[in-house]
Amino acid sequence: MANIGTLNTTAAGIDAVAPRLGDGPSGPKPRPALSSRNIILYGTLTVAALYYLLPLYVMVVTSLKGMPEIRLGNIFSPPMEITFEPWVKAWAEACTGLNCDGLSRGFWNSVRITVPSVIISIAIASVNGYALANWRFKGSELFFSILIIGAFIPYQVMIYPIVIILREVGIYGTLTGLVIVHSIFGMPILTLLFRNYFVSLPEELFKAARVDGAGFWQIFLKIMLPMSLPIFVVAMILQVTGIWNDFLFGVVFTRPDTYPMTVQLNNIVNSVQGVKEYNVNMAATILTGLVPLIVYFVSGRLFVRGIAAGAVKG
Amino acid sequence: MTGQAQAGRPIKLLRNLNAKIASIPMILTALVIFVGGTFWTVFYSFTNSKLLPRLSFVGFDQYERLWAAPRWVTAIENLALYGILSLIFSLVIGFLLAALMDQKIRFENTFRTIFLYPFALSFIVTGLVWQWVLNPDFGIQSVVRSMGWTSFTFNPLYTPEIVIYGILIAALWQGTGLVMCLMLAGLRGIDEDIWKAARVDGIPMWKTYLLIVIPMMRPVFITTIVIIASGIVKVYDLVVAQTSGGPGISSEVPAKYVYDYMFQAQNLGQGFAASTMMLVTVAIIIVPWAYLEFGGGRKRG
Repeated sequence: MANIGTLNTTAAGIDAVAPRLGDGPSGPKPRPALSSRNIILYGTLTVAALYYLLPLYVMVVTSLKGMPEIRLGNIFSPPMEITFEPWVKAWAEACTGLNCDGLSRGFWNSVRITVPSVIISIAIASVNGYALANWRFKGSELFFSILIIGAFIPYQVMIYPIVIILREVGIYGTLTGLVIVHSIFGMPILTLLFRNYFVSLPEELFKAARVDGAGFWQIFLKIMLPMSLPIFVVAMILQVTGIWNDFLFGVVFTRPDTYPMTVQLNNIVNSVQGVKEYNVNMAATILTGLVPLIVYFVSGRLFVRGIAAGAVKG
Repeated sequence: MTGQAQAGRPIKLLRNLNAKIASIPMILTALVIFVGGTFWTVFYSFTNSKLLPRLSFVGFDQYERLWAAPRWVTAIENLALYGILSLIFSLVIGFLLAALMDQKIRFENTFRTIFLYPFALSFIVTGLVWQWVLNPDFGIQSVVRSMGWTSFTFNPLYTPEIVIYGILIAALWQGTGLVMCLMLAGLRGIDEDIWKAARVDGIPMWKTYLLIVIPMMRPVFITTIVIIASGIVKVYDLVVAQTSGGPGISSEVPAKYVYDYMFQAQNLGQGFAASTMMLVTVAIIIVPWAYLEFGGGRKRG
């Protein structure tokens, strides 16, 4: 390794390596801070980061300006006078159709949709995954395969039959109906997540419990549940962001008074009547994005794990 | 592998009863909604249902009407263009970002957080933000003009020919972070020794990536492509939020066509036929992949 400098490589100079040859490798290899390689590397990353941050910045500054200032200035300039009025208006006064109580209505609808949907879908999927991992029966794999294939079917293909079913039961247009829909469509990915997790647990645990005479539910509640907190958190992150951000099911299965936040937001911003108040629109947009953003920033690495788990099929 | 209760063959159905009871929601969902619902929709796409589903068969009439409709053809053209471009760009950008992130950089977490946060937002929020940033009177165009370049024109959302690129910008902003994450996970799975060996042999870095690392990451690429592709086919809320399908019908997409015909134009047959076409599109993507992935013996992940 000491001769590495003679090769024309991208690795850092020999000067950084020499004094450290004595001790074992620890941490990243030190490099001169301002090599041309680093300038290109960090420069590119910083430019990319600016592109990703720009819309967020524009959203925030627009929502803090008054309308006259927006008409005069440009979208990137910071507000000269900060006003919170657009936020108040977006939350409590903005109109969708006949209702003029702002986004707060949609927010509470979304809460009422998201909380039960997350709980029910995770409860069902965790038991499913556990049954698939430890208690296979004839046909269980077949149903699971159908479920996974179903995850790829465009929702548009299954929407209308569900509308008919919900109408027959008499819950079409209610929050209950939408909660059921979310629980159904959350099932494939969550079941996969839980099944893969339970399969990865050491089998001896399960066998020992079986020998001791524990049954299906006992093993699940006393052994599996306490061991699977992390996967429950990942599933929760996945579902909270997914259900909160849903638009299609919201617009199909609810009525104006039960619209979730995303649907209401779209109606407020894209309404054709009245003067467009861009600052109120942006405040409303931030408010709607706030819940998943908070979940994202709080969960950090777990969010990435959830994505990877949801994305990489086992 | 399984802990089946072996009790000298009682009635088959009663064996492992708890697991079966627990799986009832899954079985019902799989059979009634996924299989039943899909077949129901395909079945009724051959009828002339208007306001309500009815059983008077018209063969492929709905499909002929569908492919004769300029709006549907526009939707398909848009989907093809948007699909190919967003697949290429998100793979390239995602991989480049991941390769940069993989250089043992400082602030890796900060960068990752920045690249990935749009993915947490809904398509509605994404669409509305970019509608504002691309606004011709206040957004990028007006900012550049106010700097002195008065003839500068960048108004994708109101120009029918390029509106789909305006949507593409927003879609890439939202989606590339996810691709980067997947690629980064793939890169981290590459053995350090490969890099060392390539370095010792004096192979330049870009060549190592192109000829050694990327071929090694084939499974990651395939998974990512399938994820992106199935997302592309379903693209709906982004268009609704950003352009509402406008100007005119120039940013129409299949999913929006389906919704509009099912729930607004009271023309169910068209909606069913269009959604069946979406299903066929997905099948064309998924079936070969599933065959490759699961056909040659089940892998355990």
